[in-house]
Amino acid sequence: MLLDETISNLSKKLRSRELSSVDLVKDAYKNIDKYNSKINSFITLQDKNDVLKEAELSDKNRDIDSSPLNGIPFVMKDSYVTCGIRTTSASKVLEDYVPQYSATVYQKLLDSGAILIGKNNMDAWGHGGTNENSDFGPVKNPWDVSRVAGGSGGGTAASVSIRMTAFGIGEDTGGSIRNPAAWTNTTGLKVSYGRVSRYGCIAYASSFDTVGPAAKTVEDCAYVLQEIAGVDSKDATSSPVEVPNYSKDLAKSIKGMTVGIPEDFFSEGLDQEIHKAIDEAVEVYRSLGAVIKKVKFSLLDYAIPVYYLIGPSETSSNLARFDGLRFGNGRDKFTDETSRRIMIGTYSLSSGYYDAYYRRAQCVRTLFIKEYGEMLSKCDVLLAPVTPYAPTKIGELVSDPLQNLLVDIYTVTTNPVGIPSLALPCGFDTNKLPIGMQIMGSMFSEDLLLRMGHAYQMETDWHKVKPPILDK
Amino acid sequence: MTNSKYTPIIGLEIHIELGTASKMFCGCKNDPFGAEKPNIYTCPVCLGLPGALPVPNKKAVDWVIMLGQALGCKIAKNSRFDRKNYFYPDLPKGYQISQYDEPLAVGGELAGVHITRVHLEEDTGKLIHATVKNKKVSLVDFNRSGVALVEIVTEPDIRSSEQAVMFLKRLRQIVRYLGISDADMEKGSMRIEPNISLSRYVNSVHSRNVQELPNYKAEVKNINSFKFAKKAIDYELKRHEEILEKGQTPKQETRGWDEKKNITVSQRLKEEANDYRYFPEPDIPPMNFAKPYLDRIRAEIPELPDQKFNRYIKEYGLSEYDSEILSVNREVALWFEESVAAYVQTVTSGIKQKKNVQPSAYAKVIANWITGDLANLLKKDKVKIGEIKLLPAHLAELLYLVDKGEISSTAAKRVFIKVYKTGETPSNIVKELDLGIDQNSSALKKIVEEVMNTNYKAVEELKAGKGAAIGFLIGQVMQKMKGKADAITVSKLIKELLVNK
Repeated sequence: MLLDETISNLSKKLRSRELSSVDLVKDAYKNIDKYNSKINSFITLQDKNDVLKEAELSDKNRDIDSSPLNGIPFVMKDSYVTCGIRTTSASKVLEDYVPQYSATVYQKLLDSGAILIGKNNMDAWGHGGTNENSDFGPVKNPWDVSRVAGGSGGGTAASVSIRMTAFGIGEDTGGSIRNPAAWTNTTGLKVSYGRVSRYGCIAYASSFDTVGPAAKTVEDCAYVLQEIAGVDSKDATSSPVEVPNYSKDLAKSIKGMTVGIPEDFFSEGLDQEIHKAIDEAVEVYRSLGAVIKKVKFSLLDYAIPVYYLIGPSETSSNLARFDGLRFGNGRDKFTDETSRRIMIGTYSLSSGYYDAYYRRAQCVRTLFIKEYGEMLSKCDVLLAPVTPYAPTKIGELVSDPLQNLLVDIYTVTTNPVGIPSLALPCGFDTNKLPIGMQIMGSMFSEDLLLRMGHAYQMETDWHKVKPPILDK
Repeated sequence: MTNSKYTPIIGLEIHIELGTASKMFCGCKNDPFGAEKPNIYTCPVCLGLPGALPVPNKKAVDWVIMLGQALGCKIAKNSRFDRKNYFYPDLPKGYQISQYDEPLAVGGELAGVHITRVHLEEDTGKLIHATVKNKKVSLVDFNRSGVALVEIVTEPDIRSSEQAVMFLKRLRQIVRYLGISDADMEKGSMRIEPNISLSRYVNSVHSRNVQELPNYKAEVKNINSFKFAKKAIDYELKRHEEILEKGQTPKQETRGWDEKKNITVSQRLKEEANDYRYFPEPDIPPMNFAKPYLDRIRAEIPELPDQKFNRYIKEYGLSEYDSEILSVNREVALWFEESVAAYVQTVTSGIKQKKNVQPSAYAKVIANWITGDLANLLKKDKVKIGEIKLLPAHLAELLYLVDKGEISSTAAKRVFIKVYKTGETPSNIVKELDLGIDQNSSALKKIVEEVMNTNYKAVEELKAGKGAAIGFLIGQVMQKMKGKADAITVSKLIKELLVNK
């Protein structure tokens, strides 16, 4: 299967004309035709013939200066506006919405010559950790179709996992890239806040939202990030910090690097098999010459409250424009989960409650920033689990909103802080379900995280394992 | 107020649209009033489309800081934008980007009225209620959506409608001097919301009367001229007094001014007031202002009307009346100052026979031309001083010609009008109309003699000490000379000849 290969290899072969973009697109659609009805990872698919024409053109025009992503098929979470292509954010409110402009990240990928296959299913507006809060049906996990693929970006991760695309663009507000990556045996990067422009990304929680790659390998993430990172005059929160060459030092030794283990991420509630898999990953790092150091993160108890006060507060305001007056359908089309978050947010911003909820949460957010700063002053990166347990059965959590929130406990603290975190495969449990770990670092340390992740993937083969359904 | 039992307590909230080239948070053209069609100056940002993000207009921030400085406010070291959440069809995002607890400027004073705060926000779109194909519809025009808007809030220091209007005029004058807005009330680029209440004196247990603070206020919206502001305030004060006289308390409410009926009408009671759920705008990083930046902005503040007024009196010895007229409008002030400068230049670079003129002398003459002849022409033609063909340098040249005795002051008036109409230089016009003073003194003397001989009665009167008769004689001479004589010379000649008579 062509799409098993890394972007780097595909790119080389495209240039040497060993294979064509048309071949890749055909490969992608073959799997889409075969599996999408089972997995439900797309909301809008591009017309195959149109995409093939694009690929043909790409094959004709490709030259030595073309971007490594030229001719490579990709998918996007349906939270990005794509001019002329329906964009729903997985909500019936935007069921028929066709944007008149394009998100910066989409435009950048188009400029690099990558080819869009389709827009992925997700939890509506990013509200969820299992991709069951979609008005277009849940995404099913390619590793076990009776289970969820994770959320909110389940569709993107699932389509990478089952080789419907070479890579995808996800959006991480509290774990939406990392959680589905962990549950689908793929690699996903939540970037530093401001590293990639949010212009054209339908906002969930503006101060948490980040735009990042979902791919098969760390190296692929580096290639994609290279194309999409950088300051954008249309996003005042995008950072002018210089974008390094992410693939240059990927293979550099990680000897002497200090890997911090925040103990609190390993306490009660963490599945023992996941615990064990991460312990083994720690040993891999030790064997690569890294120094392992235990650190303390004492605020984990506040992770969910802080996230579920600030996130909903911002979302209650961000979703106010969806009033059905100028475009889209009315507010009655919001899902229960979205209505819950709008109500929580509206409540916590209301006069009389603001100080007790929103402001208090922002104060604790500052403490998070301090505590992460302290941990990262003692080590180069932090290593932790992504999810407390394996992918749940479809329907298992959706009826229990509170329990559902806990899916994100290990991922939600990085977003209020703004730091980057790379999620990558590190094993399987006894049910043959994927396990992921995350490597967190200081602001704009993506290059270091990618280097750490790449070193691990050079030593292990977890990321190469494909869903069994593909072999059938 | 006729009834001294009550004291009006009035505060103002003023919104002014800034005249920046683009809107507050996007690159769209800022010209809602000049737009040919609705919704042509729009983009994803000011339409509030999904995914669009605001990027603040730096110029607008600079200008509000400048206004804050001009009003004597304290400029915030740290400031930020907040979201004001409410639903209204003219507000596409469902929230307005405004400033809540960290405005750009706080605490200033203008014309004895304390300024509470000055902050920056965005304007909304405009609703138009119309009938289309026999159906009543509400239409939205987003050309105005996202236009930079500065809000100025005063303390309730104002005690009368007259004082309110005076304050507003001063504020508009400063805004125009700074060049940050045309502050045109008719166009809606300046909007006023007075809040009004009456406080009464009550007998306290102690001997003195104390003022009771009002426990209500009425806010009036929809006012689009100073005249209406005054009427609305007066209307409200009277209404409140009547209610208070009945022993009741006026309601805390928002009212609208009905310019057709000249009354205010209730729009919204306080109980229906919104909870705006303000919170920091996460799409825009907080702003920090360093001293060098603030100093740079301060240095850009032009000389303001008060300063000009004082300087004109001190430096040029002008009357308060002239200084006020010349400084009230920046264009006029600049025209005046340029004329003075041009005159000094002409005199000093001119021919040796220059006189050593005191600034007060020539400034007064220039001021007279501007407040007199020129003001009349401008008023008659309904044009602004910046739009006319007559330039300050023309006036300077004209005055110099008079100074040198080349033309009479009577002729100067004719030349002035001609320059105003054509833009030709005064010396060319003097030539063209042949208005130069006849240097041939024997010819002039001859005419003076002739006039004195034929106007025996006037000469007798003059001899008898009736000085006014000389005016008649001069007039006769001037008529015969077609203005090409200098009145002073003529007057001298008459006096000389009189002795010999």
